[in-house]
Amino acid sequence: MEVLAITLTVFVLAMFVGFEVITKVPPTLHTPLTSGSNAISGITLVGAILSAGLQLTTLTTLLGFLAVVFATINVVGGFLVTHRMLRMFKKK
Amino acid sequence: MRLALVNLSYLVASVLFILTFKGLSHPRTAVRANLMGSLGMLIAVVATLLLLDWGPGVQRYGVILAGLTVGAVIGALLALKIQMTAMPQMVALLNGFGGAASTLVAGAALLEELAQGRLPSTQSTVATVAAGIIGAVTFWGSLVAFAKLQEIMPGRPLLFRGQQALNVALLAVSLLLGAWLVAAPQATWLYVLIVALCTVLGVTSVIAIGGADMPVVICLLNSYSGLAACATGFVLDNNMLIIAGSLVGASGLILSRIMCRAMNRSLGNVLFGGVGAEVVTGAAADAVYAGRVKAASAEELAMILESARRVVIVPGYGMAVSQAQHAVRDLANLLESRGAEVEFGVHPVAGRMPGHMNVLLAEADIPYEKVREMDAINPSFAQTDVVIVIGANDVVNPVARTDPKSPIAGMPILDVDKARTVIVIKRSLSPGFAGIPNPLFAADNTLMYFADGKKAVLDLVDALKQAA
Repeated sequence: MEVLAITLTVFVLAMFVGFEVITKVPPTLHTPLTSGSNAISGITLVGAILSAGLQLTTLTTLLGFLAVVFATINVVGGFLVTHRMLRMFKKK
Repeated sequence: MRLALVNLSYLVASVLFILTFKGLSHPRTAVRANLMGSLGMLIAVVATLLLLDWGPGVQRYGVILAGLTVGAVIGALLALKIQMTAMPQMVALLNGFGGAASTLVAGAALLEELAQGRLPSTQSTVATVAAGIIGAVTFWGSLVAFAKLQEIMPGRPLLFRGQQALNVALLAVSLLLGAWLVAAPQATWLYVLIVALCTVLGVTSVIAIGGADMPVVICLLNSYSGLAACATGFVLDNNMLIIAGSLVGASGLILSRIMCRAMNRSLGNVLFGGVGAEVVTGAAADAVYAGRVKAASAEELAMILESARRVVIVPGYGMAVSQAQHAVRDLANLLESRGAEVEFGVHPVAGRMPGHMNVLLAEADIPYEKVREMDAINPSFAQTDVVIVIGANDVVNPVARTDPKSPIAGMPILDVDKARTVIVIKRSLSPGFAGIPNPLFAADNTLMYFADGKKAVLDLVDALKQAA
């Protein structure tokens, strides 16, 4: 129960930080914001690596492996495509 | 000690993620911001590898490395090959993969607890259920969104009798089964069943949404993929996952709200309204257009453009479809070289995802200062000589201001009709997504140029050059 209180605190505070910083992103950058935040949601990769590495049962290893693949596509594809886009935004 | 070090690395990664969002507040700092995000991810991954016990076998490396390599190659290929016009599909696909990963991780974590002879805590099981539901809906919903945007599936809303009741039932049963799983975590088949039901839910809920509402769907699925990661964080008691996930969750929610506001519709109406399923044609359209629509030749339009001092170009999804952004850039440069002031006006929901038009114009080397938001450009239309509308329809339909019964009533639009002359480049008089005729096309100050977007702009460029 104590752990839940701490994690909930972190969750609520992070949401507030999120709302504060994201409302300042201009519409011009809304596509890179979507793809970049998308890459960050691939953070679940951390959990995937743990499952793939712990190798407790064949099933969990397989699930972990698949999750690593999916999350890595998300992370690498997301950051790379965002970089490609952002480099195109130029001043006159 | 090692654990503390890993947790400190996670803190560093979390801070870098927050700085990523902060840096995206300006194009100048955005490239660096994205690099900070990737650095944060690298730190998080390396720290996690250190967390594992590397003692006995080296086969741990094997599985992880294989997964990372396969994922990185696919991800890099996708990111480098994709055309800028296809960015909405790409983002939809990536959203889905993130959701799938979270569902898999939460399921694996449940099995691991049980395999070690422990019962997961209530918090952990509740979060597992959440990750399963949100992740599965995200994955399958995103695949449907991808198929619609890629035109593998029809873009119009697919509706059937009892669809909403079915969706509500699927969610309710999933939640009930989830409560059961919390009470009896050993019954892992419940998790499989929940994921299966939410697979159906993801499909049936997104097929009901039409093409032009995709910006909202993409934002929402983006938000879901973050919330799924967040739920996984609650499963694993990992603060970094919670922070990163909730940042993404917040981002997607904010964008969905902005998109809905730009259409003057509620989120519920977008998700369940099935807007775009009906199209007004025949007599109703004739009443608006008959005898009033004036088509012009490229030469006539060039003559008007020649004397224009201020020109505003309004792009829509049609520009993306015909890949006309580079031709548009040439036209803008040509007009500027003749002393005209050229700006671009972009509606928040133009295109198939938020900021879609801005990316395409940036790709064509158009400086971002020239691309103005709706509220910034609207007051200037009255002092604008010529507006060129290319591939946009509903977002410039004055009916939104005048007819309270119209499906787009109250939607903020670009007031292009206030300009002296409006040139509309369009293939035909076919209605836009809202399925209604657009009186702008029949207005006294409007000239239509019927052609494919790219060809039309190239025609104008040629005609302008000849006129010189």
